[in-house]
Amino acid sequence: MQPLLEQACWDTLYMVGWSTVIAVVGGLPLGVLLVLTDRAGLLQNVLANKVIGQIVNVARSMPFIILMVALMSFTRWVTGTTIGREAAIVPLAIGAIPFFARLVETAVREVDGGLVEAVQAMGGNTWTVVRKVLVPESLPSLIASTTTTIVALIGYSAMAGTVGAGGLGDIAIRYGFQRFESELMWITVAILAVVISLIQAAGDFAARSLHHRGGRAGPAPKLRLLKAATATSKTV
Amino acid sequence: MITTSGLTKVYRSRGREVTALDGVDLHVREGEVYGVIGQSGAGKSSLIRCVNLLERPTAGTVTVAGQDLTALAGRGPRAGKELRRARSRIGMVFQHFNLLSSRTVQDNVELPLEILGTSGKERSRKALGLLDLVGLADKAKSYPAQLSGGQKQRVGIARALAGDPKVLLSDEATSALDPETTRSILQLLRDLNRQLGLTVLLITHEMDVVKSICDSAALMERGRIVESGTVGELLATPGSQLASALFPVGGEASADDRTVVDVTFHGEAATQPVISQLSRTYNIDISILGAAIDTVGGLQVGRMRIELPGRYEDNVVPIGFLREQGLEIDVLGQEPVLLKEGARL
Repeated sequence: MQPLLEQACWDTLYMVGWSTVIAVVGGLPLGVLLVLTDRAGLLQNVLANKVIGQIVNVARSMPFIILMVALMSFTRWVTGTTIGREAAIVPLAIGAIPFFARLVETAVREVDGGLVEAVQAMGGNTWTVVRKVLVPESLPSLIASTTTTIVALIGYSAMAGTVGAGGLGDIAIRYGFQRFESELMWITVAILAVVISLIQAAGDFAARSLHHRGGRAGPAPKLRLLKAATATSKTV
Repeated sequence: MITTSGLTKVYRSRGREVTALDGVDLHVREGEVYGVIGQSGAGKSSLIRCVNLLERPTAGTVTVAGQDLTALAGRGPRAGKELRRARSRIGMVFQHFNLLSSRTVQDNVELPLEILGTSGKERSRKALGLLDLVGLADKAKSYPAQLSGGQKQRVGIARALAGDPKVLLSDEATSALDPETTRSILQLLRDLNRQLGLTVLLITHEMDVVKSICDSAALMERGRIVESGTVGELLATPGSQLASALFPVGGEASADDRTVVDVTFHGEAATQPVISQLSRTYNIDISILGAAIDTVGGLQVGRMRIELPGRYEDNVVPIGFLREQGLEIDVLGQEPVLLKEGARL
């Protein structure tokens, strides 16, 4: 039982880890672009904004299990197979990119427009604004968004079991539900709960330590971030 | 140093047009502190944003240090390389400081230098020098959130100076500060203006700001400049709204058949015993309704509101006498046309 769970843990971390990396790499520029191309944005382009927004909405509205099936031929083209851990990463990542992009958009929109203006007044171009203002200033929120994305991906990864990718969720379904080994199911649930709590705590800690806003007000930033994280996950 | 001519800015939104600037001609001389004052909505903010083209003017030109910025702007909404280069030589401070909360004070001051591509060593040398200049050498490693409003604005000023600008634009820099801090920030701007020969264009809605540091001032109303000139010129202009706001004297006429006259003394005239001379020469009783002496734009100025018996028509000669003494005379309740005729007497 133990090696089974151990393997499942690694499978989950492997899938979630890689898909998070891809989601961040893909979702960050997409989210920033959503802000920049919006009305009164630095790269205002209403058409591009609408197109990107629609793609993100469609991808977001699709249930993960459907997305996984719909993407099968693409997955085969990328990884050469449609089963196993690697094959699960493709739909997980593609499902998470628009999810993360929306969170990035919300976080970047929070950055004070005055800071953008200040950098423009110094002679900075759009790229400078993104690099020196939008991303660093929203970093605590971006970290919180990443935490939310990881937690959501752990949830999705349970469904990856249907393509033989393994992982904790898969164990819970196959052993716990289908074979009535309820003890094993509760153990996986407990492990998932612990893993998610640890990730959330680590994310909160990272976000808080990057927050230089509350010099005097100690606990305030934490509360703010938690609120922001729950608020965004609700709208997801 | 800064010249705008025919500067016009029209905002269009949902078919409606709002004219924020309506043909503004502004001329700021090198090395002076120039204040533009007006109520909110008068177009001050649009004006200062048009000077470094953060806002594109709809029409008109902006020239800073001999360079026509409107010609550099290009056509697209984004600023080209030339314009960005020009902007880096114009410092700007903001009402809400606009410091990056993710960077230390020193890193905030280094930001414009990073954009200019200055090397790391040179950046930190310069940033520390500027922080010393604004009196915050010990706060280099602090974060903006740990500073008071006045300290934040000092950082903002240090940052604005990092690119060695000849011109500093101040967008309501003291409006978010308490009176005490306002004074110290204005003093700093004045010192920088003197020490570095910095030309300062500031916009404000506080008359005190103009009074304490400006060499010249302009009054804006509904997108137009309605009065402008050096503080001395403004005080010498009869009926000037700016002059009376800069230097108010109170007092109402005690009866209908009296003439109320505002007398402004500056320079040598301030030492002459004109009022007693007037009284003796024309044998009239003069009541003083109000008087004040103050320093405006570095000039010692006195202002007195006096009341003469009889209507304006009866007092043309005594008023002419006062004018001959080199005093600025403003007869209350007279039409501007009459005043101008009077000025030629």
